Amino acid sequence: MSEISENINPKLYKKANDREITAEEQNEDIADEFDAREIFDIIRNINDPEHPLTLEELNVVEQSLIVVDDKENKVDIKFTPTIPHCSMVTLIGLSIRVQLLRALPARFKVSVEVSPGTHTSEAAVNKQLADKERVAAALENSMLLGVINQCLAPRN
Amino acid sequence: MSTLELKQTLTGHRGRVWSVCWHPQGVTLASCGEDKTITIWGLEGSKWVTKMILTEGHSRSIREVTWSPCGNYIASASFDATIAIWDKKSGQFDCNATLEGHENEVKSVSWSVSGQLLATCSRDKSVWVWEVNDDDYECAAAINAHTQDVKKVRWHPHEEILASASYDNTAKIFKEDVADSDWSCIATLSSHTSTVWSLTWDKTGNRIATCSDDQTVKIWREYKPGNETGIATPNNESVWKCVCTLSGYHTRTVYDIDWCKTTGLLATACGDDIIRIFKEDADCDPHQPTFTLVCSMESAHTQDVNCVQWNPVVPGQLASASDDSSVKIWFYKE
Repeated sequence: MSEISENINPKLYKKANDREITAEEQNEDIADEFDAREIFDIIRNINDPEHPLTLEELNVVEQSLIVVDDKENKVDIKFTPTIPHCSMVTLIGLSIRVQLLRALPARFKVSVEVSPGTHTSEAAVNKQLADKERVAAALENSMLLGVINQCLAPRN
Repeated sequence: MSTLELKQTLTGHRGRVWSVCWHPQGVTLASCGEDKTITIWGLEGSKWVTKMILTEGHSRSIREVTWSPCGNYIASASFDATIAIWDKKSGQFDCNATLEGHENEVKSVSWSVSGQLLATCSRDKSVWVWEVNDDDYECAAAINAHTQDVKKVRWHPHEEILASASYDNTAKIFKEDVADSDWSCIATLSSHTSTVWSLTWDKTGNRIATCSDDQTVKIWREYKPGNETGIATPNNESVWKCVCTLSGYHTRTVYDIDWCKTTGLLATACGDDIIRIFKEDADCDPHQPTFTLVCSMESAHTQDVNCVQWNPVVPGQLASASDDSSVKIWFYKE
C-alpha cells in the first residue's frame, strides 16, 4: 500500500438512511427475495483501502447501480472509482466480490464491474474481476487476503 | 430424444472441484480441487467409491489432474507453481517428483501420446515442454508465445504437436523443429473475443474445438500444405481456420469442452450450471460443418460446471466437476 493517497481530498456523499423493515419482511412465513437495497446494505460499509471512509461515503457503490434478479440467481454490481486512474480499483472490486461471496447463498452468480467510462483500464479490470480462476488464486495469497479483510472489517 | 442420465453424485471434496480425469482404461477416475487433494474413485459393483485420497503433494489449490497414457502415473498442476508426479511403485500412490520452474500458478498439464513428453502452462504466460526419461523430468523448452495467462495445454492425439489456450483470447499450436530441436508456435487461432478457457482435439487430430468466456465454441480445421481446397499455406506450415462457431447456446463463460474420441460427441461445461451435448450433422460439408444441440442438462450442478470428460472406453459415459464440491457421473443416451 502506498503511504501517500492518490486522491487526497475525496468528495464525500451523504449516507443513506437505515432500511425500513416492513411487517411482511418480519413475517417468517413469507420468503423474502433479495433486492438491490439488501445487496447495497451488504457492501455499503466496506472500507476504502486508502481513506478512513466507506465505499458508500465515497459514492463508489450506489444502490441505483445494483441489479438483482433473485429468480435467475443474478447480482450485477457496477462501482465507480473515485478517480479514473485509481490504482486501487482491482482491490476495491475484489473486496466487493469477497464480501458478497461470504454473505450470499452460493446459488448467486455475482458480476462486479467498473461503471462504464469511469476508469482508464476498465476493460482489463473487468476481465480480471470476472475470471474466477484468477480471483481464486488471488484469495490464496495471504497478504492480499489480509488487506481485503481489513477493507471488510467493521469499523467502530 | 437424447437424454443425459445422472448415474451417481460423488461427494467428498471440500470446496470447488476444478478437474476430473478418466484413467485410460476407463474404470478409475481422478478428481482435484480447492482442498489441495486428489481423490481416486473406482467402481465397486455398480457404485463409484473413494479408493484413495492423495494429500501433501501441493500447498495450494490443485487446478488439474491427468493420467499418463500408460495409466501408471498421475500429474497434477497446482496454484503453488509446481507440478507433482505421482506413481504407484510402492503399492500406493506417492508423489515421487515435483517439477519446478514456473513463476506462478500452473493451470494445466498434459501428457503426449507416447508418454515421453509432458506439457505445462502457467499464469506466467509460458508453456513448458518436459522430456520424460526413467522418472527424470527435464525442461526441453519454455515457450513464451502467449501475451497473457495460459489456461490449458493439450497434446495432439497421435503426434507430438501441442495446443494451448489463453487469457489473451487465442489458442496456439506448437511443434518441435527437427533441425534445431527448438519448440515454436506454428499457428495462432484468433477469433474468440475473450479468454479461451479450454480446447479439445477430435480423434483424427485434424480439428480442434475451443471454448471461451465470450460464450461461444469454435471448431477449427487444419489445412496442410498442398490441400485440395487450395487454401494457401505460407512457410509450408499448416493453416488452421475457424470453420464453425456455436453461438447463442451458452449464457455464461464456457469453462471446458471435450470431444469424445469414440462417439464424436462434444460436451461443454458452462458457468450457467448446464452441461450441453452437441452432435455433428451427418451430411454436412466438412469445410463448413454444422452441429446440433442434442441435449442441454439444466441444473446439472448447483453451481458452475468446471470440467467435463468423456470416458475413453465406455461410450456415452461422462464425468463432470463443479464449484458445488461434487463430481457427477452421467450416461448419454440417444
